[in-house]
Amino acid sequence: MSRLDRDTRLLWSLSASAVLASGLLLLIVLFLAAESWPALSRVGIQAFFFGKGWHPTEGAFDLTPMLVASLATSTLAMAVAVPFGVASALFQRFYAPVLFGQIYLWIIVLLAGTPSVVLGLWGLTTIVPLILWLAPPGTSLIAGSLILSLMIMPTVALTTDAALAALPQSHWAGAAALGLSREATIINVILPSARASIFAGSILALARALGETMVVLMVSGNVVQVPTSLFDPVRTLTANIALEMAYATGDHRSSLFVSGLALAGLVLILAIAARRSGGHVVHA
Amino acid sequence: MTATPDRIADGSYWPQSYTLGPIMSGEPCCVPKTLISVEGLSPSYSGKTALENVSLDIDGGCITALIGPSGCGKTSLLSSLNRLTDLIPGCRLAGRIRIDGEDIHGVDVNVQGLRRRVGMIFQRPNPFPLSIRRNIEMPLREHGMSRRSELDERIERALRDVGLWAEVRDRLDSPALTLSGGQQQRLCIARAVALEPSILLMDEPCSALDPLSSGIVEDLIASLRGRYTVVIVTHNLAQARRIANYAALFWVQNRAGTLIEFDQCRRLLEAPRSDITAAYVRGHRG
Amino acid sequence: MPDVCVAPPAAYLHVRDTLLRAAVWSATLLVGAVFAWLLADLLGQGAARIDWSFLTSAPRNAGRSGGIAPILVSTLVVVVVAIAVAAPLGLATAVLLAEVVRRGGRTERLIGLSLDVLAGIPSIVFGLFGNAFFCIWLGLGFSILAGGLTLACMVLPILIRTAESGLRMVPNDWRFGAAALGLSRAATLWQILIPAAAPALLAGLMLGIGRAMAETAALVFTSGYVDRMPSSLWDSGRAISVHIYDLSMNVAGGDQSAYASALVLIVLLIMINSAAIWLADILLVRRIKMI
Repeated sequence: MSRLDRDTRLLWSLSASAVLASGLLLLIVLFLAAESWPALSRVGIQAFFFGKGWHPTEGAFDLTPMLVASLATSTLAMAVAVPFGVASALFQRFYAPVLFGQIYLWIIVLLAGTPSVVLGLWGLTTIVPLILWLAPPGTSLIAGSLILSLMIMPTVALTTDAALAALPQSHWAGAAALGLSREATIINVILPSARASIFAGSILALARALGETMVVLMVSGNVVQVPTSLFDPVRTLTANIALEMAYATGDHRSSLFVSGLALAGLVLILAIAARRSGGHVVHA
Repeated sequence: MTATPDRIADGSYWPQSYTLGPIMSGEPCCVPKTLISVEGLSPSYSGKTALENVSLDIDGGCITALIGPSGCGKTSLLSSLNRLTDLIPGCRLAGRIRIDGEDIHGVDVNVQGLRRRVGMIFQRPNPFPLSIRRNIEMPLREHGMSRRSELDERIERALRDVGLWAEVRDRLDSPALTLSGGQQQRLCIARAVALEPSILLMDEPCSALDPLSSGIVEDLIASLRGRYTVVIVTHNLAQARRIANYAALFWVQNRAGTLIEFDQCRRLLEAPRSDITAAYVRGHRG
Repeated sequence: MPDVCVAPPAAYLHVRDTLLRAAVWSATLLVGAVFAWLLADLLGQGAARIDWSFLTSAPRNAGRSGGIAPILVSTLVVVVVAIAVAAPLGLATAVLLAEVVRRGGRTERLIGLSLDVLAGIPSIVFGLFGNAFFCIWLGLGFSILAGGLTLACMVLPILIRTAESGLRMVPNDWRFGAAALGLSRAATLWQILIPAAAPALLAGLMLGIGRAMAETAALVFTSGYVDRMPSSLWDSGRAISVHIYDLSMNVAGGDQSAYASALVLIVLLIMINSAAIWLADILLVRRIKMI
């Protein structure tokens, strides 16, 4: 019967699309691995972590400074973004007068939607000169962290906000019946109940910070070194790829794919951790 | 043996194998002939049995009410009859259902054709988010009808059948969701009737409606007697008494729904044979 | 012996409450101030450069003067390619996830996992992949087509997830109603489910377009830097975000043009986002009407 044929055809095209969509991941992993293989097989995986500096044209592929820089900028950004994000959500839900809260939410959403290249531009022309005034050269670990925190703060805020919205109103009624103040309710009831979601949102934000390229490329100085102070310029894994991809060839190019693979692996572990933590995650 | 009126009246027409007997109280709806035959049906959801070994024969052209407390498997029985249970993940059916002698789970059964023959009305009116006209027209088109004149005629006939024509004839192209609850439910019935089914399954069709609309829909259902075989789930015993020829009472026993008693509706309500039925009916009276 | 009350003195609680309140307010005010600062810079430095000729003429002097017309065209074409490829693929996969496979079953979990992983991959890694696969392996070179296809891979998980949740929001009443009328799956899908989910599908599409338009890192090594007007899909073209990056990093004295381009990009994104919100509202109104 023709109608059955139509259903069968539909099912086939749906399945084909799904295979294509989920096969894409396999294809990406395959290509990253294939492109990484020359460098990995020639110098060995340990050379990427315990080598003699990053001199890719001379066959020295030590990624440690970049790895440290990535972790340092992202962790610092987290340390700033999480308190601000949680405070923003609390404000929006429990403190702000109605109109004010709406405007504030709108600001958060706008910040969340601002392209990272625009934040990078702003950081480079506004924040970096300020830091230069404090301690040269201005483009530094701290500049990267601050702009990154501005970028990921909305993620934490929106995730926390969604978690707060999902809490039953009875929490407030129960706390009020016990004569608890608003702050006491937040500290003892609200935040503990939303803990899992806040954690998941923070991990997601950390993953975004680690994977971000443009902001760190534009404001953190791009010098390959293990930083010793907040005002040292650093180069992250992502910035390294963006900077050298343009001219890299041979093993050098291949080593960039290795760092890409490492980066993807790092971010994936975080993404899975966020999922496992069981919180409700908003894709902001 | 022929079915003359006096033979029907005195009961001598009915063959021995027919267990229910003639309808003594009230007019017979038709010449009863088994249309739906359920044998040992046990639907289960993910291993949890909803109904245990139910067998009953439903007569063509009559209205059969399924009554009993919530969760006793009435809806499961209903949705087994048009294989809507296929859509529920983890649902399995044991037993056999024959409609007009044909096993509806047979390998060569066309499920879509079956559902066309066995229409269903749900508890909550569920018109599609389309216009009133398209709600009726779209299924007809999907079942292969494409002539404009024929479509229009069917739409009008279906709407007249459910008494909605006068109310909506001027706004056939406005969204169906702008109708009132009772109108929506009548539209759903019209939508099913337009496909010219032989059986209509109704799952508490009046329970989501206000009393006035409920009355209108109930009268509509009563008027379908003879033309369609109606199987209706209802919690309203007064309604069952008003419209149903036969009634089946279900009860939860050993955590599974069981058919307790199946009889003419009046007899079941007024002179129940089972204690459970008696208690249930009494509870409703009190 | 009766229980001793161990609550801290009320003064401590009062201080704690005040501190928390002050912290929340000051954090919020700081965020608001930073946002105002950012907005002021964008408008103050960008608005002056923007006029009709900025939008319609080609960049001159490495972008310091002139306009962004070819850049807008390249951006538009890259995004159109990305959406044209990703939208049908995404919709079909979403339908499979929401309507065909069993919820929580192995197929759903497998596809879901690979989508979540895909969504988590950093954009620079997509850039690497796009460069290796589309530019070199498929021989597309630095081209708008390669950039668009790379972006398609990137926005695919977003499109699938939004479309899936849109379809799941369609009430089951209609699915059962359609099945009870003996409608085929294809008819149910085209006649009822997709029209009913249309606002959500479009809102997801807008989200994907916004994401694609804001992307920089994935495009630098796939669609390239060339700021001429592209003449075909196989030409290299510079997207607006790449333009902003290039002006601020590589062109001394390009800041004003960078801010102007950033302002254009943000206005475009806000327009797209408003469209998405408007569509979501339509969806909400419809649902309320239905109930």
